[in-house]
Amino acid sequence: MKFLKLKPSVGLLSIPYSLIFVFFFFIPLALTFIISFWDYNEYSIIPDFIFENYSYIFKDCFNFQKDMCVTFKTYLSTFIFCFITWFFTLIIGFFVAYFLAFYVNSVTWQIALFLLCTIPFWTSNVIRMISWIPLLGRNGLVNDFLLSTGIIDAPQEWLLYSGFSIVLAFVHLYTLFMIVPIFNSMMRIDKSIIEAAYDNGANGLQILWNVIIPLCKPGIVIGSIFVITVVMGDFITIGIMGGQQIPSIGKIIYVEMSYLQLPAAAANAVILLALTLLIIWIMTKMIDIRKEL
Amino acid sequence: MLNKKNKTYYICVFFFCLFVLFLYGPTFTIVLLSFQGPDGGLTFPLNGVSTYWFKELWRGGSVVDIGSAFERSMILGVIVMVLTVILSVSAGLAFRKKFWGSDTLFFATVASLIVPSIVLSLGVALQFRLLDDFTKWLGTTFDINYINESFQTTLGMFTSGLGAQLTWTLPFGLLIMFAVFNRFDKSYEEAARDLGATPWKTFKEVVFPLIAPSIIGIALFGFTLSYDELARSSQVMGAGNTLPLELRGLTTTVTTPVIYALGTVTTFVSFSVIGISIACYIWLKRKRG
Repeated sequence: MKFLKLKPSVGLLSIPYSLIFVFFFFIPLALTFIISFWDYNEYSIIPDFIFENYSYIFKDCFNFQKDMCVTFKTYLSTFIFCFITWFFTLIIGFFVAYFLAFYVNSVTWQIALFLLCTIPFWTSNVIRMISWIPLLGRNGLVNDFLLSTGIIDAPQEWLLYSGFSIVLAFVHLYTLFMIVPIFNSMMRIDKSIIEAAYDNGANGLQILWNVIIPLCKPGIVIGSIFVITVVMGDFITIGIMGGQQIPSIGKIIYVEMSYLQLPAAAANAVILLALTLLIIWIMTKMIDIRKEL
Repeated sequence: MLNKKNKTYYICVFFFCLFVLFLYGPTFTIVLLSFQGPDGGLTFPLNGVSTYWFKELWRGGSVVDIGSAFERSMILGVIVMVLTVILSVSAGLAFRKKFWGSDTLFFATVASLIVPSIVLSLGVALQFRLLDDFTKWLGTTFDINYINESFQTTLGMFTSGLGAQLTWTLPFGLLIMFAVFNRFDKSYEEAARDLGATPWKTFKEVVFPLIAPSIIGIALFGFTLSYDELARSSQVMGAGNTLPLELRGLTTTVTTPVIYALGTVTTFVSFSVIGISIACYIWLKRKRG
């Protein structure tokens, strides 16, 4: 067996991949954490160990006599977007996956329809966002339609550049993140379990609620993690679809960076990251991701 | 039972069709609107039919230099694609056995997908800024002429930009490899080894042909995700912007269908790449029999 030891380990093949993650993932995140304690002026960032960047973020946040502070307001608004988006992507994603997994009989059709859902994911998000303008704008198709049928008598302004259009775009862009893992979970369900439930007199709804949904839990959790984290850190969709008027944490970081207030941006990033990880940690307590692939 | 063509079945079909319409409908409208006449606006009704806005786009018009942004995005996309394929396939092979640090690497892979992109973009930008400061410090301290005279920044499309995009495309590549090897029949490989094939030969003659269709999938993810990437790229591209970055800028400034024409062109590029990939995939699958 001695010659085996001389053979280079296959594990070495992971080195190039690991290097990318060391240089473009671990070190940048570590630096972000370190620099969040640095000082800065208009031109440069200054090595230091101060907490001002953090205390500035939470300025007035714990003074309950006043209105809610900007930071809390922004997070609250982000959480609301998270929740509504999560709700709709889950419902829609679940039923699309359900249809594909249980109602499409031929594998070829299954693959074809699944691809049909996936293709938009490989196209530009910005284009998919602006493509709502001709539909939702002041003179858009939806307003035209509603005006001509007499349902409304003036163009509705809330359709575009509003919370509504932001959620719509999120659902449009990210329902796929729900479909894929839920579909994956559903395909692993042994059909005979469903047959058994049926033979024992369960009706369709009971099968759905007591058999399929519990077995899809891992898929639902993974999909939820993706959707929630992508909404938490978003600044582009909220920016474009909100007409640059609605705040988000990502936007705060983005603006601070453009003013070169890098340590301040880093502090915001650390808080955002910590919150995101906390949410994920809670959710992954429920499943083992690695088993699901 | 579930397969019976009952009422629920038709509701599901109807629901699915609605969903597909929801997915593709908006894109279809901007394709339609991009073929308007010169008097066309951002909304319906269509004012005539022409290719005026494409010519306008081609001419450059009032718009920024779209041609070179497009070229940059294509080049970067191809580089990201090639690196994603090579790195994730080799890492995928490594991951078939446990190795030192494999759990950490797996954690990093999943974490990279869910870390807010703006945070990562900021981190990479900070890293390269410090690298710049360090380089300049080296230049002045050791009096290196080259640095003092011509060095500007390490930040750029093929340094920080490339790295930031890889943290987004590589996880998809590796996860696809996991899915492939979880369903992989090892007996072919063992047979090759028993017949005396070297590890490299086993890979080349046996494993590679078996995973080739999936590699097409990885390449597709690598290119399209890079070509459309925006959030992670936003802080790290240096002087030259990629197409999505330009496009995002245009959403606030351009008020003519020229932006729809651009949308039609990029969507067409994406669809062509997707079409070619699917064709290759099917071809490879058929060839294997």
